[in-house]
Amino acid sequence: MHPAPSVIFFSTFSGLGFGLMIFLGLGMPATTGFNAFIFFTIAYLLAVGGLISSTFHLGHPERALKAFTQWRSSWLSREAWCAVAALILMAVYGAGLVFFDQRWIIIGLLGALASLATVFTTSMIYGQLKTIPRWNSPLTPANFISLCIAGGALMAGQTTAAIILLAIAGVIQVATWLRGDTAFAQSTTDMATATGLGSIGTVRAFEPPHTGTNYLLREFVHEIGRKHAQKLRIIAISLMAILPIVFLLLPFNHFMALFAVVAHIGGVLTARWLFFAEAEHVVGLYYGKR
Amino acid sequence: MTQLPTRTEKKLGLVIDLDTCVGCHACVISCKGWNTENYGAPLSDQDPYGADPSGTFLNRVHSYEVQPEQGDAQLIHFPKSCLHCEDAPCVTVCPTGASYKRVEDGIVLVNESDCIGCGLCAWACPYGAREMDQAEGAMKKCTLCVDRIYNENLPEVDREPACVRTCPSNARHFGDLGDPNSDVSKLVAERGGMDLMPEQGTKPVNQYLPPRLKDRLAQDAEQIDILAPFLEPVATEAKGFLNWLDKTLEKL
Repeated sequence: MHPAPSVIFFSTFSGLGFGLMIFLGLGMPATTGFNAFIFFTIAYLLAVGGLISSTFHLGHPERALKAFTQWRSSWLSREAWCAVAALILMAVYGAGLVFFDQRWIIIGLLGALASLATVFTTSMIYGQLKTIPRWNSPLTPANFISLCIAGGALMAGQTTAAIILLAIAGVIQVATWLRGDTAFAQSTTDMATATGLGSIGTVRAFEPPHTGTNYLLREFVHEIGRKHAQKLRIIAISLMAILPIVFLLLPFNHFMALFAVVAHIGGVLTARWLFFAEAEHVVGLYYGKR
Repeated sequence: MTQLPTRTEKKLGLVIDLDTCVGCHACVISCKGWNTENYGAPLSDQDPYGADPSGTFLNRVHSYEVQPEQGDAQLIHFPKSCLHCEDAPCVTVCPTGASYKRVEDGIVLVNESDCIGCGLCAWACPYGAREMDQAEGAMKKCTLCVDRIYNENLPEVDREPACVRTCPSNARHFGDLGDPNSDVSKLVAERGGMDLMPEQGTKPVNQYLPPRLKDRLAQDAEQIDILAPFLEPVATEAKGFLNWLDKTLEKL
């Protein structure tokens, strides 16, 4: 799949922002007043910034409101609803903390739940696709949610929770990669089933339909950078989980916490780039590219 | 509404005969022509006369080489367009309701004025049947020429998809695959029509007829000479003047 920067930034930063909102909604840390204002500003910048960046890949962003209509069948539509619900609930909850010194616990819990649901719906947009065997697994939502919660704990300064959650997220990330590596072969979709010609013999793509490229090849048959995949995985897991855990285990200081956050973001961005770059769409079979 | 209908009254679709397709790409061109000038946004090209041309097509013809365990390889031309699946994954993922499957005839269409161009339907389609038009920013796909097949302004003979109408080798057939007595359904039954990627669970309406056996030159080598006896030289010994000339020239 083509690793579009807008979608990589969206899923990384909004995941982190909604992760922070989950912890704020649970009252961890239990701040009020100006401190709360800082935390909520960071959460909103991340979440809303990510959402805005995701509209950059739309052909017609001015029609985006129509995306609220199909929640019965579409995960993308459900994501839109959950995101708006989370942002509104957390705004009300945050206003209580910042301006009225009040903790409206129910609204906070609902906001945390909606934030979690937003990340789940995002992950299901990818996880539902049978056409991309690497993504079509419960590990995809597990991967997104574990990273979101671990990143949220890190941002919210929950040191102990963050260490445990980062370790869990790291394990799930490695499991996602390992399962993904055999997913295409296990999907049973190959050139024989794609063309239906397998009963005659071995199928080989002889001539593509055109001499140039096309939308399908640009969008679904990305092959650049795969040769560095193993190195990038090591970089990603080190930055995303191992380094932040080391930084957090050291005696606490704010710079170490900042390093941990920066390393984590770098690691998640790398992992998200790999998530797209390594994903193979079955349509590539028609072009003999799998 | 992007929920799929539980059933459709008809299952209009194509039957594509891989045995007779000659790979001329006439269906590609007639499709591009008709659909650029009619329903919805035109099918744009980018840099069409430059070094790196590309464009939107709703129908493309691949060519595959199939090597049996024994004998010669076969070359098979393979036209591919939307299969108007019964369980169309492209429809249910659409967040805006722009994609839908019609109850009356099962055609899968895009309402372009509702499309936000998110591209998710193209991700969900295993066949590469949907292409985002780069100029319009909206998703384009085969409409089964919905603006031809019911069009009473056209002569009756033209009320079929442009690709079917134009095919010079009669490799494309159009009809109701939900009616077991239709010509296309009989053809599918007779020739063993098949689904593409059945394991994806899309239940495609369009069917492909597998190629018949051909090009068995290698196994049946002795059969090649079926006419050879008739080509044997009849006059092995020259006579008369030519015989004298032949011998005289030999002696020289």
